[in-house]
Amino acid sequence: MTQLWSFPGGIHPAENKRQSTGRAIRKAGIPDRLILPLQQHIGAPAEPLVQPGDKVLKGQKLADVTSGMGVPVHASTSGTIIGIELLPVPHPSGMSDWCMVLEPDGDDAWCELSPVADYRKLHRDEVLNLIREAGISGMGGAGFPTSIKLRPPSDRKVSTLIINGAECEPYITADDMTMRERADQIHGGIKIMSWILRPERCVIAIEDNKPEAIEAMRKASEGTQAELVVVPTKYPSGGEKQLIQILTGMEVPSGGIPADIGVMCQNVGTAMAVYRAINRGEPLVSRITTVTGAGVDDPGNFETLIGTPARHLLSQAGFHPERISRLILGGPMMGYTLEDTSVPVIKTTNCLIAATEKELPTPPPEQPCIRCGMCAEVCPMELLPQQLFWHAKAQDFDRAEHLNLFDCIECGACSYVCPSSIPLVQYYRYAKGEIRTQRAEQIKADRARERFEARQARLEREQEETERRREERARAAAEAQKKKQAEAEKAVAKGDATDERSARAAMVQQALERKKARPAAAATPESATDKPDIEALEKQLNQAKGKLETMESMLDEARVAQADNVEKLERAVTKNLERVKRAEDALTDARKQLETEAGQ
Amino acid sequence: MWTGILIAVAVLLALAVVFGALLGFAAERFRVEGNPLVDQIDALLPQTQCGQCGFPGCRPYAESIANGDAINKCPPGGEATIKALADLLDVDPQPLDAEHGVEQARRVAVIREDECIGCTKCIQACPVDAILGAAKHMHTVIESECTGCDLCVEPCPVDCIDMITIEPDIRSWTWEPPRPSIIATDRQGASA
Repeated sequence: MTQLWSFPGGIHPAENKRQSTGRAIRKAGIPDRLILPLQQHIGAPAEPLVQPGDKVLKGQKLADVTSGMGVPVHASTSGTIIGIELLPVPHPSGMSDWCMVLEPDGDDAWCELSPVADYRKLHRDEVLNLIREAGISGMGGAGFPTSIKLRPPSDRKVSTLIINGAECEPYITADDMTMRERADQIHGGIKIMSWILRPERCVIAIEDNKPEAIEAMRKASEGTQAELVVVPTKYPSGGEKQLIQILTGMEVPSGGIPADIGVMCQNVGTAMAVYRAINRGEPLVSRITTVTGAGVDDPGNFETLIGTPARHLLSQAGFHPERISRLILGGPMMGYTLEDTSVPVIKTTNCLIAATEKELPTPPPEQPCIRCGMCAEVCPMELLPQQLFWHAKAQDFDRAEHLNLFDCIECGACSYVCPSSIPLVQYYRYAKGEIRTQRAEQIKADRARERFEARQARLEREQEETERRREERARAAAEAQKKKQAEAEKAVAKGDATDERSARAAMVQQALERKKARPAAAATPESATDKPDIEALEKQLNQAKGKLETMESMLDEARVAQADNVEKLERAVTKNLERVKRAEDALTDARKQLETEAGQ
Repeated sequence: MWTGILIAVAVLLALAVVFGALLGFAAERFRVEGNPLVDQIDALLPQTQCGQCGFPGCRPYAESIANGDAINKCPPGGEATIKALADLLDVDPQPLDAEHGVEQARRVAVIREDECIGCTKCIQACPVDAILGAAKHMHTVIESECTGCDLCVEPCPVDCIDMITIEPDIRSWTWEPPRPSIIATDRQGASA
């Protein structure tokens, strides 16, 4: 028997799982429209590879992430892309994001699949790439791209692989039903992941409230090295950090990842998706989603195509919109209210609860904190929920952060037990968001400061350079002046031997010589280049004339068409006229000079 | 008795000389260049470099605050900056001085590119080099670097620069604080 530890805190809310485990997994069918958001998980949004009007086959890659972290999006069925537009997506904000809209043709025809007969013959990186290309991201909740998670930093060895089948949140039974009915596929996925990671230990953890799933998984795990561990039911034992603590007794360091202590968690749904991607070549185009709550007649689990609108899925379970008070996406503890039933099921959607007022009553108004300390008792992360609440409410975010706000897993246990019904988790989420925004702003401000300072430095440098150049010029001029003077003095000194008059005569002589030399020097280069110059000048003139003509014709056209660039063109024409005149002048000058020279 | 007094005076004098020398040495050895307070203040300012405070940039204003200027002259920073400055300097927060402008949502400059004549005037005005372009070629604003300072709008001879408020989108969205609490008897009215 494997030794088990426990984690601090935790609660035992009503499970409400039985409603949706009565029937086998059903197929949700093909809806009229599939809405495929370009971003379905943490990381960068994908970029579409198709255009509206394109015919696509089931499993065809429709969008991919070219830079940054992410996985591609595939067509969930065959049909036509009818648009790429902003549509409401499952997000707590209720905002819209870019989605591809696929109109199914009803054939559900797969594109050509390339299953791998024996993945052991491939390189590990190739298998990881196949997992990425299949568009698999974590199916448990946060949806971290699986291929990246399966490639831990090279200095961390994963010694324990945990397959998370705890599913501790009330109402949700998607993993439970998957384990009951598809244990073999899950095991196939576990084998592949174990082969990639080569852990010393592989543990499948299931809560003890799922006897059928435990039985099915036990049967499938016979003869394999995976050990099946039944963990006591307590919320939130399915949380990654909590499950690690239960199974290994170790805590994930604050701000760290499980790989830091040699552990990795993968959801059972992810294991199944990996199996399908490798052994059947099927990308992730569907998932098991629970539809439950008293607002549906026939609750259960559905194999749902990714992109199926919530409306379609609900109608499959006999939805009564008039009965419900709230529609919740995810579980009652960590999920959020959906305002719009047109949002699609995405890769991370594990549950839809159509709850009546009786089932999940509207929380009573918030009352003052009475410092009972129950929240601190149930906190699985051993934080101080009261303190965090006060600091978050007072917008004293630094102190909240100092009390490890970012270790909060937002499980909702504190809000669940609060006798004053304070929405504690909402305060923490708000504080986290504000801190993240402030950090982003700080980074931006720092960059702006850097750029500003760099610019100031550059301007100063430029200023200095012009200053220096001016100084250099001034110095050169002064030196030249000095030299001239010195020469003159020398000449004077030479002449001193005879008398002053002869000295003056010498100076005059020198000046004359200089004067003679100057025109000669000026004339020599000119006469040497005169001849070819005429041709060049003629060419220049012709070019300018040609340009002027085209410009004038353009101007006329623009005038006729009354285009708004008339003014610009007019200016250009006058400028060109001047240019032509200058060229003509230069040519006549050159000709004249040549003639005089020839005459001489 | 006199010797006792003299010894005491001598000892105290000697101590004074030793510690004086020590302090003098420390002051030289561990001298801090510039005013560290200015850096702290500068770090709290939003670095828009807009000059709305009347100083040519955030750092000059930080220097002025360190010398006792008012802390409420920065409209881009708004209440949050005033609060942070008040905390740092241990003074009472004041409301934003309306003389220097009002706090508004974060904005970004956008050039209407087909109207740009390529005069480079905005490039010269931009304090953070966030505008890209060359003479007689179209210019454009590097959105991620723009601080929304407004300084490029005025020099543009053809008025082709717009200041656009950044709308929150799904990626910049964060959770709102829970709504202010109401008492139980108000509930009927609130939900109706």
